Amino acid sequence: MNIPPPMWKCDKIIPSELDAGHASIDELMNALDSAGWQGRDVFHIQMAIEEAVVNAIEHGNKKNPSKEVHVVFLVDQDSAEMTVTDQGDGFDHHNVADPTEEERVDQPRGRGVLLIRELMNEAKYNTKGNSVWMRKVRSKDEPDEG
Amino acid sequence: MATYRRINVMDNGGVHVVHFVDKKIVDSGTIEQLGDELTGLVLNEKKNMLLLNFDSVEFMSSAALNKLISLNKKVKDAAGQLKLCCLRPEIAEVFKITRLDRVFDLRKDEASGLAAFKL
Repeated sequence: MNIPPPMWKCDKIIPSELDAGHASIDELMNALDSAGWQGRDVFHIQMAIEEAVVNAIEHGNKKNPSKEVHVVFLVDQDSAEMTVTDQGDGFDHHNVADPTEEERVDQPRGRGVLLIRELMNEAKYNTKGNSVWMRKVRSKDEPDEG
Repeated sequence: MATYRRINVMDNGGVHVVHFVDKKIVDSGTIEQLGDELTGLVLNEKKNMLLLNFDSVEFMSSAALNKLISLNKKVKDAAGQLKLCCLRPEIAEVFKITRLDRVFDLRKDEASGLAAFKL
């Protein structure tokens, strides 16, 4: 009988520094690798979590050293869930300008929300807009380990 | 002649082909340095016919995309041409989602990228 490996969980508070954010993302990437994730799914998760964590540090907390970011990652063989919460004022995620419109497509910012929604199976913001939860379901066509 | 840490540049018949040193373009310091080096090619060295070859790049964040958008504007201001080639499918998908595939001239491989320049 096959017993699935236990779910990996990371629940930590990190300072509003990009190095700390990337260190936590590296932990997530290692956990995905250990759980047999690969290819396109891993790319999608890395892109989305990079957006969420960097946005939390740079735009949410505005790199304020007195503010922190709470990250929660859950990974098993079939799905990955990530929650990123900052201590900023949040934003109105229902009224984010569409970055793909003609007049904005070559502007340097505003793609994070779009990428997270497109690359994840589910993504939800809290009412305040300072916390995002996202979930990726492992694709069926990803090759099995070995 | 300028020295680069994040890119390698080769002249191919008047088109400067840029290869990236980093497999993953994520770190903010790396991205800033990369942006400075790409900008320096256009503004300081007056190389404005550029083909960026992404064959070694496995991942790039949207902060890196922003540097490419900035570079594209500088190349246009200098009446040059910028083309991108050899993007792996996952990165090409990001360009498609964000509609940046309409902003940049994306080519499948280096040969077709070079052939697309109007010199």
